[in-house]
Amino acid sequence: MATIKLDNIHKSFGKTKVIHGVSIDVKEGEFIVIVGPSGCGKSTLLRMVAGLETVSEGEIRIDDRRVNEAEPMDRDIAMVFQNYALYPHMSVFDNMAYGLKIARLPRAEIEDRVATAAKMLQLEPYLARKPRELSGGQRQRVAMGRAIVRKPAAFLFDEPLSNLDAKLRVQMRLEIKALQKELGITSLYVTHDQIEAMTLADRMIVMNAGRADQIGAPLEVYANPQTAFVAGFIGSPATNFLPGADLGVQAQSLAVRPEHMELAAPGKGRIDATLTFAEALGAETLLHFRLASGDVVTTRQDGTAPVPAPGSTAGLNWSEDHQILFDGNGMRLPAG
Amino acid sequence: MEKRVTFKGWLLPLILLTPQIIVSAVFFFYPAGQAVWQSLFIPDPFGLRSQFVGLGNFEYLLGDPYYRASFVTTAIFSILVTVVSMGMALWLALLADRLIKGSGVYRTLLIWPYAVAPAVAGVLWLFMFNTRVGVVSWYLGLLGYDWNHVLNGSEAMGLVVVASSWGRISYNFLFFLAGLQAIPRSVIEAAAIDGAHFWTRFRTIVFPLLSPTTFFLLVVNVVYAFFETFGVIHTITGGGPQQSTTILVYKVFSDGFVGQDLGSSAAQSVILLFVVGILTVVQFKFIERRVHY
Repeated sequence: MATIKLDNIHKSFGKTKVIHGVSIDVKEGEFIVIVGPSGCGKSTLLRMVAGLETVSEGEIRIDDRRVNEAEPMDRDIAMVFQNYALYPHMSVFDNMAYGLKIARLPRAEIEDRVATAAKMLQLEPYLARKPRELSGGQRQRVAMGRAIVRKPAAFLFDEPLSNLDAKLRVQMRLEIKALQKELGITSLYVTHDQIEAMTLADRMIVMNAGRADQIGAPLEVYANPQTAFVAGFIGSPATNFLPGADLGVQAQSLAVRPEHMELAAPGKGRIDATLTFAEALGAETLLHFRLASGDVVTTRQDGTAPVPAPGSTAGLNWSEDHQILFDGNGMRLPAG
Repeated sequence: MEKRVTFKGWLLPLILLTPQIIVSAVFFFYPAGQAVWQSLFIPDPFGLRSQFVGLGNFEYLLGDPYYRASFVTTAIFSILVTVVSMGMALWLALLADRLIKGSGVYRTLLIWPYAVAPAVAGVLWLFMFNTRVGVVSWYLGLLGYDWNHVLNGSEAMGLVVVASSWGRISYNFLFFLAGLQAIPRSVIEAAAIDGAHFWTRFRTIVFPLLSPTTFFLLVVNVVYAFFETFGVIHTITGGGPQQSTTILVYKVFSDGFVGQDLGSSAAQSVILLFVVGILTVVQFKFIERRVHY
């Protein structure tokens, strides 16, 4: 277990700046998820912690030791890659034992550690197999096992579930969470999937174009996004942005989540909108409206609630507590 | 799914295949057949008549100490050429794979020697090592070493090995580089995080993953050393001194065209035909199960 401290990290590839100063203090045993769209620099940030990329500016400390110049192998970390990165010519056992063999651990200890990890990950029947004889989920488990057996100070996950199908992804997500809680090892987890971020994180870093827009507990970030980007990126279906001028507020835009929107009779709400189409998902129904300004608004209601006819006009209403105002730069404005 | 084209009659496929069949027949089957036929005769000293001797030529060859010595020479030569050209190529490919800037120039320059014909390569090296005017032999002389591949069999062997390997390095380099670049970067990174330094990674991860490429090149280079180095040897040593660089292919030429013993030469060709056959079988067997990890 270890703390990880990122202090004003910058990264440039040649003249292209990709990360513009990210800082965070990760506590022992904390599960931090770095989430953001493709190209926001989240993987680069993780690879800098791993030592696979150099740090252009700033300092990384693992357990209060500066590691900027340390080789990956000297950082006491383990990493799980998106494509698993298993050694294709080695059996599952050898894949997991590789790092331990290099560390010259006694044979008995290696066997013991691999057996424990294999049991934890239900990989016992597959120890003699080669990676190509395994399914995607099993390969992912081997990659996890390879990380666990080394008992590192920190786990680094680089989009580990992206190559799995949707059902398996949900299952592995739960397993990773349970495993991390059980082992209590400090973890950094990179993903572009905001649901993974919400469900796994103790705290999450929402990254946007090389900057950490917001760092906080998932529900805190969900309820109080500090930028328009965070409000739009976290949550599905996405937050609605309404033009501030049309609603008489001193703001560029006004954000309201779909579940906080209520329908009212035409003219009785804060703004009128025309229903373009409705998506009935069973438990809930998503209604897609178009405003006079051309903006699209989605509302979410119970699956049993009545659905207006497409093309009809309805009023949209919401509580003032649930609206968030943003200025022209996408920064949050104080309420009122 | 395999797509097969089906023809209704025999005529069209026959027309389409004819050019290839003619080329094979004229330039391969006919001369090969002629070689087999000639290997059963010995010509008289004036080349006017031939006498049928059955397998006499083969019997004589297998008992001939010069021919058996040529086998040993060929084995030494092939092993050296293969090891030198593949070793150098792998080393250069490892360096090129790590290169980020200017890798295009580096690669292009490394590929150029492959475009030089073996005979020309032979002459190039011959000039450099010429006992009287060669640059390298002159410098060796300054260092107190008297280079003379015209008299010294080991030096002659060394020179033809170097000259034959040189152009081959380019070819092997290309395959090794492609092989290295096919190894996923993340696998190497995972090994680095697992604690493996460069040489450990090379020994335990990179080299095993390169083994399909290595095996393929092994066969191809042995075939090259056996059959395609004639030009180099002919220009540099002419098989000498004292037959120390007379590999099997060169002996076919020197016995047949210089010594005018066409029967023995033909028999040697037939023996080489079997060697090619064996190497081809090895190669095909291997290609069938290329991915063996």
